[in-house]
Amino acid sequence: MNILEYQAREILVAAGIPMPPGGVARSGAEAGSVFSSLGVESAVVKAQVHAGGRGKAGGVKFARSAQEACEAANRMFAAPLVTHQTGPGGVPVKAVLVAGSVEIASEFYVGAVIDRRRGVPAMMVSSQGGVEIEEVARTNPSAIRTEPFHPLVGLQGYQARNLAASLGLRGRVATEAAALISGLARVFLANDCTLAEINPLAMTADGHTVAVDAKLNFDDSAAYRHPEWAKFADPGAENPAEARAKQAGLNYIALDGQIGCLVNGAGLAMSTMDIIKLHGGEPANFLDVGGGVTAQGAIEAFHILLSDPKVKAVLVNIFGGIAKCDLIAEALIQAGREVGFRIPVVVRLEGTNVEKARKLLANAASQLPTLTPATDLSDAAEKVVTAARQANP
Amino acid sequence: MSILIDANTRVICQGITGAAGAFHTKACLEYGTKMVGGVTPGKGGTKDANGLPIFDSVAEAVAATGADATMIFVPAAYAGDAIIEAAGAGIRLIVAITEGIPTLDMVRARRLAAEAGATLIGPNCPGVISPGACKIGIMPGYIHRPGSVGLISRSGTLTYEAVWQLSSLGIGQSTCVGMGGDPVHGLSFVELLGLFQADERTEAIMMIGEIGGSDEEDAAQFIAKNVTKPVVAFIAGRTAPPGRRMGHAGAIISGGSGTADSKIAALRSAGVAVAESPAKLGQTLAERLRR
Repeated sequence: MNILEYQAREILVAAGIPMPPGGVARSGAEAGSVFSSLGVESAVVKAQVHAGGRGKAGGVKFARSAQEACEAANRMFAAPLVTHQTGPGGVPVKAVLVAGSVEIASEFYVGAVIDRRRGVPAMMVSSQGGVEIEEVARTNPSAIRTEPFHPLVGLQGYQARNLAASLGLRGRVATEAAALISGLARVFLANDCTLAEINPLAMTADGHTVAVDAKLNFDDSAAYRHPEWAKFADPGAENPAEARAKQAGLNYIALDGQIGCLVNGAGLAMSTMDIIKLHGGEPANFLDVGGGVTAQGAIEAFHILLSDPKVKAVLVNIFGGIAKCDLIAEALIQAGREVGFRIPVVVRLEGTNVEKARKLLANAASQLPTLTPATDLSDAAEKVVTAARQANP
Repeated sequence: MSILIDANTRVICQGITGAAGAFHTKACLEYGTKMVGGVTPGKGGTKDANGLPIFDSVAEAVAATGADATMIFVPAAYAGDAIIEAAGAGIRLIVAITEGIPTLDMVRARRLAAEAGATLIGPNCPGVISPGACKIGIMPGYIHRPGSVGLISRSGTLTYEAVWQLSSLGIGQSTCVGMGGDPVHGLSFVELLGLFQADERTEAIMMIGEIGGSDEEDAAQFIAKNVTKPVVAFIAGRTAPPGRRMGHAGAIISGGSGTADSKIAALRSAGVAVAESPAKLGQTLAERLRR
C-alpha cells in the first residue's frame, strides 16, 4: 500500500522528524487559507498523487501569497497530472499539500528499504538528493552508502552517525542528521514499511536538516495489525476491475492487450502472459485465481475479464494439482452458462484427471460454441492469438 | 540420494488441525512421508483423523516423536512465531507453506532460524519433495517420478508444470524445492545449487525464477564458479509491467532492476540454457542432457 505525501508527513512529524510547516487542501480557496495559517512568506504547493516526477510535470509550484497558492492549486485540480510514471492519461489531483518553502543549501537522499539479498531492512543515503535513487544507482552507485539493520535490534546509533558522516556532514548538523536517520528507521519498523524515503533531505542555509518530501509504502501482509491504515485507502484511485477482483480474492492486474488470461498460480500466470507475447499476442491482464479453482471464483473472473471491451479472446490455463481438472472443467462450464461466452475462450487444462476434464469440455461444446480446448501450452497460445486476430483484423 | 529430505525424515505439521494442515498431512502420509505428529496449541493430547498425536508445542512433539522436520500451515499472523518455535525446539528443516507473512516477521524468523542452525524453506512456497521417498508440502505427489534432475523454483503451479513436462518425457527428479515467492525467505538458488552440485544422485538442475530481486543474478555468478552439472532455467515475467506486484509479494520490478531480461542475460552468460517458452521447460532440459 502506497500513501500520499501529506499522509506520510503526519507519520514522520509525529515521530519527531523536522519538516516544514504544512497542511493539506482540497480546493483552491482552502489552499489559500492553509497558506495564510502557516505564517510563512512563501510556500510550495504540491499535487498529492501516487506518482513520482511531479516537479517536471507542473505538480509542484512556488507561491508567495495566499492568492498565488490558491491559483496554483486551482490549476492542479483543473486537469489530470501527467508524469513519466502515470501513463499518458495522467492521474486526477484531488488534494494538494501547501508547505512552507525552505532555503536549501544542499540536498541529500535518505531511504529505508528491504534488502532482499541480506533479508533485512537497510538504510541508504546519498549525497545526490532530489533525483531518483534508481537513477543514482545506475549512473553513480558509489554515491550511495548502505547500512543494513540488525534483524533483531534495528539500526544502531553508530550506523546512523556513520551514514550522516558519509554525507560529508560534521558537528551539530551531523548529529541532527543522525537523529533524523534513526527516526526514519524507527518509522520503518513501527509501521511495517517496505519503503520509507526522504528525498530530498535538505540542509538549510542556516545549517539545519529538514525533510522536504516524504514517501512511505506499507507491507500489505501486515495490514491486519495496522487498523489505522484504513483511513489511507483511496478506492477511487484504483482501477475498477482491480478493485472488484480484490473483493473476490482474485489477484488481477489490468494491462493493455487484447487477450484475457485466467490462470491458477502467480508464476504460471506470468508465464501465460509471456507465452502469449511469444506467439505474437498481447495479454490484457495478469490474473491468478489461486492454486485451487472454484466455480464461484471462475465466474467472477470471467465477469471481470469480459467486462474489458479490449478483450477479444480469453486463454484459460490451469494446472490441476490438488484442484482436479474435472472439477475445474465443470466450474468453467458453469461459468460459461452463467456469464455467456460471446468471444473465443481457449482452454488448456493439464494435471489430475485431465482426460475426464477433456470429455466434459467436449460434451459441453454444443452449449458453449466459442470454447476451444487446446492440447498443450503452445497450442493454446497459438489458438488464442489467432482467435484474437480474427476478431480484430 | 536426494537433498534436504529422504525416506527417513520424520515430519510434523504445525497447524495440523486447520483445514489446509489436516488435508495436506493426509496427502503427505498417503505419499509415504513419515508424518509423526502435529502441533496445535491447546489441542495437545488429542489425535488427528489419521491417528497422529497432536502436541501443544513443537518441543513436546520433538521429544515424543524424534521429528526433525516440520511443515508449517499456521496462519500468517502467527507463522513467524511458529518458525522461531520450531528452530528453538531443534527442528533441522523448517518448511513454511503459509502465504502472507509480514516481511518484518520474516526478517526476525529467518535470522533466529539461522542462529539455531535450522534450514528454512519458504515461506509462501509449495514445499519440498524427493520423489518416491518423502513429500513435505502441497504439491501433487503423483506428477513426480524418481530420477536425477534437481529442481529449484520460486513458484507453485509453474513448478508443477515443469515437473509434469519432465515426467511426461520420462525424466525423473531427485528433489524439487519451492523456495517461495516472498521477498525475504529461507534457502535461495545459491544454497540449493550448492546442495544439488554436491548430491551424487543429481545429474542436472532446473531452476525456475521470476522477476524481482537478484536471486537469479546471484545464482548465475555462483553457477559460473561452482556448478559443473548442466543447468537449465526459465524466468517468468518478461511481459510484466514495472512497479506492479505480480501475485507474489516478491515479484516486482523496481527502479529498473529485477527484470526478466537482466536475469536471462546473467544466466546465459554463466552457460545456463534458458528456455524461451514455458511450454519448452522439459524439452530444454532433455536437449541439454543430450548435448
